[in-house]
Amino acid sequence: MISSANTIHSEISFFQKIQSLNWGLMILVIATACVGFACLYSAAGGSMSPWASKQMTRFIVGFIGMIIIALIDIRWWYKLSWFFFAGGMVLLVIVEVMGQVGMGAQRWINLGFIQLQPSEIMKIAVVMALARYFHASTIEDMRRIKFLIVPVLVIAAPVSLVLLQPDLGTSLMIVMAGTSMFFMAGASIWIFIAGAVAVCASIPIAWQFLHDYQKARVMTFLDPESDPLGAGYHITQSKIALGSGGIDGKGFLQGTQSNLNFLPEKQTDFIFTLWAEEWGLWGGLGLLFLFWMIFVYGIWIAMRARQNYTRFLVLGLTVNFSLYVFINIAMVMGLIPVVGAPLPLISYGGTSMLAALASFGLIMSASVHRDSKVTRL
Amino acid sequence: MKQNSDTVKVFSRRAFVIGGLQASILAVLGGRLAYLQVSQGQRYKMMADKNRISIKMLAPSRGEIVDRFGVPLAVNNQNFRALIIPEQAKDVEKSLRELQGIIDLSDKQIEKTVKESKKRPKFAAIEIKDDLSWEDVARIEVNLPDLPGISTDVGERRTYPFGTATAHIVGYVGAVNDKEIDSDPVLSLPGFKIGKTGIEKSFDKELRGTAGASEAEVNVIGREVRELKRKESGQGKRVTLTIDGELQRYAQDRLSEQRSASAVVMDAHSGAVYALASYPAFNPNEFSSGLSVETWEELLADAAHPLTNKAIAGQYPPASTFKMITLMAGLKSGHINPKTSVYCPGHYTFGNNKFHCWKKSGHGWVNGITALAYSCDTYFYKLSTEIGIDNIAAMAREFGLGDRLGFELPQESAGLVADKAWKIANRGQKWQLGETIISSIGQGSMQATPLQLAVMTARMVNGGYAVKPWVSGYVGDEALRKESWPKMEISEEHLKLVKVGMDTVVNSKKGTAYGSRIEEPEMAMGGKTGTAQVKRITQGERTAGIKNEDLIWRHRHHALFVGYAPIDNPRYVASVVVEHGIGGSRTAAPIARDLLLEVQKRDPAKTTIYAGKTKGNPA
Repeated sequence: MISSANTIHSEISFFQKIQSLNWGLMILVIATACVGFACLYSAAGGSMSPWASKQMTRFIVGFIGMIIIALIDIRWWYKLSWFFFAGGMVLLVIVEVMGQVGMGAQRWINLGFIQLQPSEIMKIAVVMALARYFHASTIEDMRRIKFLIVPVLVIAAPVSLVLLQPDLGTSLMIVMAGTSMFFMAGASIWIFIAGAVAVCASIPIAWQFLHDYQKARVMTFLDPESDPLGAGYHITQSKIALGSGGIDGKGFLQGTQSNLNFLPEKQTDFIFTLWAEEWGLWGGLGLLFLFWMIFVYGIWIAMRARQNYTRFLVLGLTVNFSLYVFINIAMVMGLIPVVGAPLPLISYGGTSMLAALASFGLIMSASVHRDSKVTRL
Repeated sequence: MKQNSDTVKVFSRRAFVIGGLQASILAVLGGRLAYLQVSQGQRYKMMADKNRISIKMLAPSRGEIVDRFGVPLAVNNQNFRALIIPEQAKDVEKSLRELQGIIDLSDKQIEKTVKESKKRPKFAAIEIKDDLSWEDVARIEVNLPDLPGISTDVGERRTYPFGTATAHIVGYVGAVNDKEIDSDPVLSLPGFKIGKTGIEKSFDKELRGTAGASEAEVNVIGREVRELKRKESGQGKRVTLTIDGELQRYAQDRLSEQRSASAVVMDAHSGAVYALASYPAFNPNEFSSGLSVETWEELLADAAHPLTNKAIAGQYPPASTFKMITLMAGLKSGHINPKTSVYCPGHYTFGNNKFHCWKKSGHGWVNGITALAYSCDTYFYKLSTEIGIDNIAAMAREFGLGDRLGFELPQESAGLVADKAWKIANRGQKWQLGETIISSIGQGSMQATPLQLAVMTARMVNGGYAVKPWVSGYVGDEALRKESWPKMEISEEHLKLVKVGMDTVVNSKKGTAYGSRIEEPEMAMGGKTGTAQVKRITQGERTAGIKNEDLIWRHRHHALFVGYAPIDNPRYVASVVVEHGIGGSRTAAPIARDLLLEVQKRDPAKTTIYAGKTKGNPA
């Protein structure tokens, strides 16, 4: 199975690794982050503090981390896949226990320099674990129900813990990213059709289990003007800000809606609104185009990959990243209920920035070590 | 291999599907964006331009700090500011020049405002000048038609009526920095101030209050048209101190003849602190109105450390004020009794070393009481070699030395009571007997803060209760101190002997502090002088007879005094440390006498701490 030519190819020098880093992807990432810096600078009324300067520091640290991750041989990441998954589970249990002790919703572990959100780590770890599991699978395996029990558990276990936090948005994102992994690994289309039917059927039952604030968010989504000062305030204000930006936008630092504080959380979840208010339709479409280029880049690396592990890993992480983008932007434009998801690389916040950069590090590692042969189980 | 290529084929197909899905979702998002911004754009623009609801946080008013009689030590004064909104001004500089003709405004302030206006959104107000007088505000208001874009508003400014006199206790407030931001949303308000030192810092959470909110309709430029709903902010709580403001001012003034000094006056029985002075001090009012760089650098560079509260943070060798501790350790160990006498020839020889008494010619025969009265070193040198350092250290700790006392102000130092275990743990060396000898007179590694020295004295004269110092009486209506102090395990007889010794120090003709005695018999004080060597006296200096006052300031001895009054029924204790003050009886004792006299005249212990409403500002 393993040709000798391949094994010789697989050892590449450090210099070669640097050369084969995906500079195009890096430029796209930097450009996207710069949009974020501009937004944060504007959100603070034209000031580097409190957000922009901190975000820049985080980005630089994360960017260096991304390159380090990219330079580490993909075989290491392959071997560590289950380990990360186990570590993520332990952290989820820890926040759950801390939440019990500290009362109320607990999603963070304070490490002093950063507030670590284990569910963010878990999104990457689930993709890694599934990529590893499906690495050795054949199309026939994928048709066997027994073979699919383990990967279903890999999704179900963290999702149930995240649901307990309670964090519905993140749970759904893990489910969606995991489902896409099943899809790309070749599971039967009928499974997805059956799944979709089951989800639709269970919605009335699930409704009973939602918290009041979650029900309120869904109701608000269905009819935002019903309570413009209460639960619908966010989304109404966001649409006014976005819409009033028009085609050309109001200009840098001149977004009245954002700067007069009509727009809550303008530096985190609603940052796309601020961007589109100040830079208009052209700015908004430009940013969507930037994201699209990143997705295409990810799919291109996945298609060029030579092994199942890297194919699944890269495409899975790309899907994961795109889910963030879709959910956040759809939310601020009033297409889906408010779920509290940041816009990756742009929103103010440490964990989402670092998680996104770590994902790109893994994607680039798969590309740099294209010729490294991952050993079979 | 074939199976794998199947997987690859399926993967490629499905990757295309995923890519297609992503592209279509992006297309939907782009379409929605275009719908909102193009088709609905006009509608939303109108909604944005019409009157809308703005929710504004209202800053709470900071709680006052008052002294034990209710006299304000920290209050909020109105602060009138002139603002400009560039969008309304059209020409910012022109408006500012107009304003310059009406109120006192420097070119630099104009320049700064113009620069600021270019950086900020055009509709946001910029502060031109604050701390305006009533007249200035009136003049601006009258001339408003000629001053496009300019307006005035009123905020609050923290003011400290006692200025430098209470600076070290009350502290000051300043802008919030990144490290201080916590979950309280009020900290993110522009211009919000929080406590940086002193009581302002220790009780910041209580003084701060809670934010209110105002829902108002505003027009396109953010100006309020009509208030809809209002939740008042919760005023911060008042903090009532045990301090007597006037006594505090007197103490601070009294220290100002010195280059650097600190003093504590407290209640021997309750531990309530009446005055806590540290000279030099800073002016907290300058801090709340924005300190100039020059003043700040001057404060930092001053060798007398005006930013440090030396009464709680300064650590000095307790010197001869420590001799009571050594004496009590000796009595407790049973090695001596009150009558035990020692001959002082002016020095004490131990092994090959000669330890000098401060009096070259010697004191002759001395016992416990006279050893304290004359401050004879030889007596304690000899005693310490018999009882050992660990007995002395244990007694020192019993009297509150060597550890923080849990005082409410930040910066409190722990001091140091050195013994064998400490030396092994911190220096990795064995304790030397010579160290025991110098420790017996409070030199060597021994360190104490003026606050600790006051507590030590209080415990000696209050009948042997382990008081601790405190300065905050009430937060709002809640009394902070209720506990009574535990009785120490110390012989009443020994305490009485020490008190007689301290009486003799001041009131017998041969005592070291006789010159500073209080002549009114019902107010008479007892005490103990101390002179702490800063630099070792060389043999050369000793033979050449160089006097301490001939040395440069920072090489001179520290001067210390601890005292109590009245003699018969002690109520007040005081400790004074004059940095490089040459001699305890020379500089520290007269200050302590004045403080003990003043506190007895004012007699703050007679009245309970004020818990009612704040009295009017006396200023």
